Amino acid sequence: MENYQHWAISAHDRYEQGTYVRRMSTSQQLLTSVQVARFVAQGFLRLDGVVPREINERAVVALTEGLPEVSYGTPLGKAFAPDTFVHELLALPVVAGAVESLVGPEPTVDHQAVHVREPHEGQAQPLHGDAIIDVRPDAFDIQLMYYPHEVTAEMGGTLSVPGSHLRRINETDVGRVQNLRGQTRLTCPAGTVVLVHHGIWHGGRRNDTADRRYMYKLRLNPTVPQVRLWDVSDLHDPAVTAELNTYFPWYEQATARLEIYNRVLLWRALTGDESFDVEYWVTRVSNRPTLRSHA
Amino acid sequence: MRQQVLVLYLATSALDSQVVGWSRYDGTGRTRPTTGDSDEPPYPTGLAALQDGWRLFQASQLLPPQSGHEYDVSFLKHEFFFEKVEDGSHP
Repeated sequence: MENYQHWAISAHDRYEQGTYVRRMSTSQQLLTSVQVARFVAQGFLRLDGVVPREINERAVVALTEGLPEVSYGTPLGKAFAPDTFVHELLALPVVAGAVESLVGPEPTVDHQAVHVREPHEGQAQPLHGDAIIDVRPDAFDIQLMYYPHEVTAEMGGTLSVPGSHLRRINETDVGRVQNLRGQTRLTCPAGTVVLVHHGIWHGGRRNDTADRRYMYKLRLNPTVPQVRLWDVSDLHDPAVTAELNTYFPWYEQATARLEIYNRVLLWRALTGDESFDVEYWVTRVSNRPTLRSHA
Repeated sequence: MRQQVLVLYLATSALDSQVVGWSRYDGTGRTRPTTGDSDEPPYPTGLAALQDGWRLFQASQLLPPQSGHEYDVSFLKHEFFFEKVEDGSHP
């Protein structure tokens, strides 16, 4: 059950006046502003071991047998029957709240996929971004990655590159790159969910064990503007700026500053706060006084 | 003759700057490097690779950003290709 409250703009919103709609929820665990800022900076959100064992066990069986087809654009609420593991997975308050915080209520299903890394298959996937190059400045899809069983280092858990999601590349064009400082080679307990921005660089790593490794992926498209969809009560927490100012070890020295610049633009789009900045990166290069300003 | 290729991505355009990314391709067939197979770079800098006997054969050009795309981020910019060539009858 959801309701909405109108909150007065605080003094922190220096150039905006009026009210905005703050999303509230009584049944879901919405993300905080700090968590969403971390997602904007890193391109992913990890929820370790949040799925109960009974759902994990049913999921492994279902993933082995294959899943019913879901057509592109199906509303999420109509895509999965109540007795399916996907329905129960998405109904978990921690998962539902995170999804709603990022893509809003009633997203549509883009597609789902079962990813299998075969035992001793000898080769990893090349590093890539999914779908095709996607440079929307004020919207993004999320991909839910669900690991129903424990993933150990030897099982080739998904490789992902924190902070890569805003880099403009097309699919496997970046496949030449094998390793980057600070990359994440996922190991996780059973029942882990990772929500990633559509642009994140990632790939299935080589499985060096005798066991198959499963991952269920679900891509969701927003149907509403992705503006202040989370619990914004901590919007002006200094930790928000700290998250957005995170540098990653693989960034080139100069390009790292452009990463922060682009995060600021995305954060402005997600909050509606056109005055937000980090270290003055955007404000400085947007300053173009006119003659009229001296009148 | 077999070629081993090392690709280093550096923090700046200077060859002695820090390695931030790396790839290996082994024409000798003795190793099979692949995506996500190590968390530590083989050398701390490009210069360290030279000092260990790798020969630089290509460096990315310094290109000004395209007009209107000055703030875009994309591929890593500072890419250096090295090789070691060995004679012999390895498969």
